[in-house]
Amino acid sequence: MHIVVCIKQVPDSAQIRVHPVTNTIMRQGVPSIINPYDLFALEEALRWRDQAGGTVTILTMGPPMAEDTMRKALTLGADRAVLLTDRCFAGSDTLATSFALATAIGKIGETWGPPDIVFTGKQTIDGDTAQVGPGIAKRLRFNQLTYVAKIDSLDPESRAITVERRAEGGLQVLQSRLPVLITMLEGTNELRRGSLDSALRAARAEVVRWGAAEAGVEDTAKCGLRGSPTVVKHVFAPKPRAEKAQIIETAAGPVRTQADAVIAAIFARQPGIESDLLRLARHS
Amino acid sequence: MSQEKFDAIVVGAGPSGNAAAYTLARKGLNVLQLERGEYPGSKNVQGAILYAKALEEIIPDFRESAPLERHIIEQRLWMLDDSSYVGMHYRSEDFNEDRPSRYTILRAQFDKWFSQQVRDAGAVLLCETTVTELLRDESGRVIGVATDRDNGTVYADVVILAEGVNGLVGRRSKLREELQPESVALAVKEMHFLPKDVIDARFNLKGGEGVVIEGMGTITEGMTGTAFIYTNNESLSVGIGCLVSDLAQTGRSPAGLLEAFKNHPSVKPLLAGSEIKEYAAHLIPEGGLKAMPELFGDGWIVVGDAGHFVNAVHREGSNLAMTTGRLAAETVADLKQRGVPCSKANLRAYTKRLEDCFVMKDMKKYKDIPSFLHGNRHLFDLYPRLVSKAAQNWFRVDGKDKLTKEKEILTSFRKGRTLSGLLGDAFKMARAWR
Ligand SMILES: Cc1cc2nc3c(=O)[nH]c(=O)nc-3n(C[C@H](O)[C@H](O)[C@@H](O)COP(=O)(O)OP(=O)(O)OC[C@H]3O[C@@H](n4cnc5c(N)ncnc54)[C@H](O)[C@@H]3O)c2cc1C
Ligand SMILES: Cc1cc2nc3c(=O)[nH]c(=O)nc-3n(C[C@H](O)[C@H](O)[C@H](O)COP(=O)(O)OP(=O)(O)OC[C@H]3O[C@@H](n4cnc5c(N)ncnc54)[C@H](O)[C@@H]3O)c2cc1C
Repeated sequence: MHIVVCIKQVPDSAQIRVHPVTNTIMRQGVPSIINPYDLFALEEALRWRDQAGGTVTILTMGPPMAEDTMRKALTLGADRAVLLTDRCFAGSDTLATSFALATAIGKIGETWGPPDIVFTGKQTIDGDTAQVGPGIAKRLRFNQLTYVAKIDSLDPESRAITVERRAEGGLQVLQSRLPVLITMLEGTNELRRGSLDSALRAARAEVVRWGAAEAGVEDTAKCGLRGSPTVVKHVFAPKPRAEKAQIIETAAGPVRTQADAVIAAIFARQPGIESDLLRLARHS
Repeated sequence: MSQEKFDAIVVGAGPSGNAAAYTLARKGLNVLQLERGEYPGSKNVQGAILYAKALEEIIPDFRESAPLERHIIEQRLWMLDDSSYVGMHYRSEDFNEDRPSRYTILRAQFDKWFSQQVRDAGAVLLCETTVTELLRDESGRVIGVATDRDNGTVYADVVILAEGVNGLVGRRSKLREELQPESVALAVKEMHFLPKDVIDARFNLKGGEGVVIEGMGTITEGMTGTAFIYTNNESLSVGIGCLVSDLAQTGRSPAGLLEAFKNHPSVKPLLAGSEIKEYAAHLIPEGGLKAMPELFGDGWIVVGDAGHFVNAVHREGSNLAMTTGRLAAETVADLKQRGVPCSKANLRAYTKRLEDCFVMKDMKKYKDIPSFLHGNRHLFDLYPRLVSKAAQNWFRVDGKDKLTKEKEILTSFRKGRTLSGLLGDAFKMARAWR
């Protein structure tokens, strides 16, 4: 089996700061991480590879420094990494991104065998659109299984796959035939650490670097800024609203009594909370 | 288990580990470096002043690519009481030179850069990999390390312990004793974000110039410790540290001390309007020569903070870390080249190298300072008050004649501390400094 996992390098949202004066997001110096959803996708891919045999290829479109995050994915056990990097990809929206990735997946198929499954995360933590996965599926003409919480079964022989999809109002169990594209939800599995040997291998592995030409992109007008009808006009932090916050003076009395008073007030305002909490506590 | 055997394993990717790994790799050795942090620098806390000389010896043209913040042109030493400071400032245009000797840096960025040089030189770095133990053969010789990864053992001819002040691996492997609370300081540090032009104006700087402020006095409430403010490009590093034994005894929290320091009337205006972007705490080994552990043995060698190489009085640590890392690596590379094993007897050459340079000379010169500072609370409490009062008396023009003022100042010192006490302090100070 050949599985391709799309991984995006995103700024660590926990460390993004908002400029105190201009109220714009400061990306400079913010460390990059692998989009958290993509890690669940990668883990799922590695599990099924370990079970059914085959290889896992990871694919990223991003700047050259994305190589660091790709090496991390290799440490976890991916077999090879392809970094799609070219000036002409800069400024891509979801349309241009899914075009570039789908084209590169075609090339990956020609080079290392056609993929049976392509994984993406459900969405990214920076762009948040959740459009890239479906975009790739459409272009590759793969069935798409979105918002997947779990793969119940996968049979490489009959090429049948059964998944659980978390949908509004319930859980759907879906069956499809390979090849498919899966967009993976968070919290679905537990990430492995990677053995010392795979870490050593990853530290020395060559990350394959493809420009547009090597990836088989013929029409660069469909890439990057030129191929992107969507423009992000303005990114800003919403003004924090203070009216809900309450400052409690600890000097005014014992902390415990004050905490009790605050909690009592919350319960009084929202009568359902107490019983909900109790129920949750009993279930966990 | 990894089948591969390395010439050397370096534990830690701080300044000492990077210096060691870089030097070894440049000399063609097969080096594996293990770092528990997510990336080099992710676990590190430092003021931070970089002393150029130590790095120059390793990477002569580092200024071309290293992420440096400001070069230091002014040093301010402050003795503070509750409302004032008495200061000694030294500022010189001579520090605006081609190759400045001190820079402020941000450790996270600097360590990342240094690590890139290490990898470019050919060393293999694994992050998020914690060394748990040293492996030994029947004779007790160290032959490799165990890590927290699956199948996580790996072998080498020598292990360089650059694991920082905690020295957990060394302790667990019984190479060293527990850390003593009176030989380590706990320091806390905040990064205060301010626009560059505001910092320039507030500290009287232009074009990449920087200032260092070191403070001592009543801010540590009698405990042995110091505080600092360093100017970065767009932020100030503000911190304070005290001996762990003093903190334990008084029950004071470092965070509380830092809060008080930031609110000191001489400090507050410097920080006004800033946004705090990170908070960190870290230990500093300040016990000096007498607190140093064994530095080498069969198949192992210790560098940097792990070896207690810090000159607390001069706030030097990273330069000693880099120098000891380099010297250990040169020792190992030399043995390798001669085809002899890294046995305890052969690694003795490391101490010779340490003694021939500033490292051991300074460690020896200051060997009595830690116990002197520790045993003399009034240095951090009484004297700053007296000096401040004296200065105030002297500078207030209030109709009193100068002779009377001189007498009052003298009396206040004699009242605060007996004459023999004063003389004794001076004598002890001189002896410790010698
Ligand atoms: C704040 C902000 C807002 C934006 N808003 C829009 C918008 O409204 N419309 C628009 O078209 N663009 C928008 N963009 C641009 C867009 O986010 C990215 O340019 C696009 O490349 C990916 O979209 P996404 O991050 O939303 O991905 P999603 O569609 O949320 O990502 C789903 C999955 O696709 C895969 N994937 C996505 N990008 C890559 C990649 N580069 N390499 C490998 N795998 C990848 C990952 O597996 C990921 O989990 C925005 C960008 C930002 C920073
Ligand atoms: C607040 C503060 C301010 C300072 N200011 C200055 C200054 O201005 N100038 C100066 O020169 N010095 C300063 N120092 C001292 C300086 O930071 C240290 O001397 C220096 O960092 C020591 O370098 P090192 O490589 O020995 O240790 P560290 O920098 O501590 O590096 C040790 C590394 O080893 C890793 N490690 C530890 N255990 C393991 C393990 N078991 N497995 C794998 N990896 C491990 C750690 O994650 C870490 O990255 C300051 C220190 C502090 C705390």
